[in-house]
Amino acid sequence: MSMTPQEYESINQKYSPASKSWKTIPMAWLFGGLICCIGQALNDCYQALGIEKDIASATVSVTLVFLAALLTGFGVYDNIAKYGGAGCLVPITGFSNAVASPALDFKSEGLILGLGAKMFVIAGPVIVYGTTASIIYGLILYLFHLY
Amino acid sequence: MPYRIGKYTLGLEMPPTVVSYASVGSKKEGEGPLKDDFDYIEMDSYFGEDTWEKAESRIQREAINRALEKGELDPSDIDYVFAGDLLNQCTSSSYGLRELGIPLFGLYGACSTMAESLSLASIFIDSRAAERCAAVTSSHFCSAERQFRFPLEYAGQRTPTSQWTVTGGGAVIIGSRKKAPYVRAVTTGTVEDYGIKDVNNMGAAMAPAASATIQRFFKDTGMKPDQFDMIVTGDLGYVGSGILLELLEKQGLDIHRQHKDCGLMIFDRESQPEVQAGGSGCGCSGSVLCGHILPKIQQGKLKEVLFIATGALMSTTSVQQGGTIPGIAHLVYLSSEAESGKLPKQEQEIHCSCGGRKGKG
Repeated sequence: MSMTPQEYESINQKYSPASKSWKTIPMAWLFGGLICCIGQALNDCYQALGIEKDIASATVSVTLVFLAALLTGFGVYDNIAKYGGAGCLVPITGFSNAVASPALDFKSEGLILGLGAKMFVIAGPVIVYGTTASIIYGLILYLFHLY
Repeated sequence: MPYRIGKYTLGLEMPPTVVSYASVGSKKEGEGPLKDDFDYIEMDSYFGEDTWEKAESRIQREAINRALEKGELDPSDIDYVFAGDLLNQCTSSSYGLRELGIPLFGLYGACSTMAESLSLASIFIDSRAAERCAAVTSSHFCSAERQFRFPLEYAGQRTPTSQWTVTGGGAVIIGSRKKAPYVRAVTTGTVEDYGIKDVNNMGAAMAPAASATIQRFFKDTGMKPDQFDMIVTGDLGYVGSGILLELLEKQGLDIHRQHKDCGLMIFDRESQPEVQAGGSGCGCSGSVLCGHILPKIQQGKLKEVLFIATGALMSTTSVQQGGTIPGIAHLVYLSSEAESGKLPKQEQEIHCSCGGRKGKG
């Protein structure tokens, strides 16, 4: 059979179904929006309880991270994400899931080399490049303020 | 003695017999269309163990023990076991079979291992190197996901071309008893790579290998697809099956009527949509062969069957380094008769243009 990878790719495309974007994109919007609404509702509640605005928003993040980790532990979060897709992955709850899920999986290899080392296997790059980006952003901002 | 037919096929002069076989599955397989065909379905996906890897070892142990039990055999009656799985260093096989004390050949053929182990076991029997051999494979959804993809509880979505690793396994015991099913011939596959990089589209990565092996079998033996009741591929799934049929059609081979795929048989894509393009893994073709195909040949419901298990030979490292995914496919010709007269005999000279082996594109 003589065929170039390009020719083969065109046959592959013919039989490979595409993601149902007409369904996945609105669902991501809905679930992502819902998580943000829950965050806002929590923020309002915390402020109504007399917590300062800055501290209230930090507390919201802590609460959402906790809830997502808890739901991951109960094996529920990935089931929600089957419907919500990127809507569950992008908000801070997705970050929490990305740390909690490998921690669960790799605890069988021990607390140090398993859970401890593998916990950041997905979230690690986000932290590395997130921190790097914030440093670069900070430097640019600093330079602009000089002049 | 095994004898050469053409360039890639070995005919088995005294066709070895499948003496016994057993298939093991878990919850999702037990909810699929073949739920009644398994010898053993364990609803606990840990199989009573504390890690997924130990669970997979347990699958191999269960499969071979049940096959031995069904054949009224003892581990000491088996001369060699050929076994493999998907995990690093094939630990499911070596840990699963360590208590049996049978000489072991550990194999890595990814999801093609059932056909690879069956081929080697049959060649050993026909060459009289052994009286009885076992061929065993397994896969586990959770251990495979953990090794090749993402953690189980990770909130990622599966793409429509991805496949679901079967939690299950199969064990076949081959001997020289004169009883169906017989292994008539084997065609060993070559590594084929057409540049697929998407680790979530194994079907497309493996289809060219299946196509090459099937073409070579027909070219070597001079047989025709019409002479078979079933031509069953291992785990091409929805995507790979479509591609295979088109590739073969371009070469003038129409197998639409006979073609089935274990990955599409074991799960129902309508009622189990999470499997996406179908089942995969060593345990997919292994359990379907032992649970569904071999019993049907034994009962005489299927007479002539080509079993082609397909494997994708990448590793997580090769994929991360941007490598393409090579595929392989091994073929085993199973029959309800030892002498159907359709396969070229040893004495017969085969006129084949073996020199015309073309390189890939």
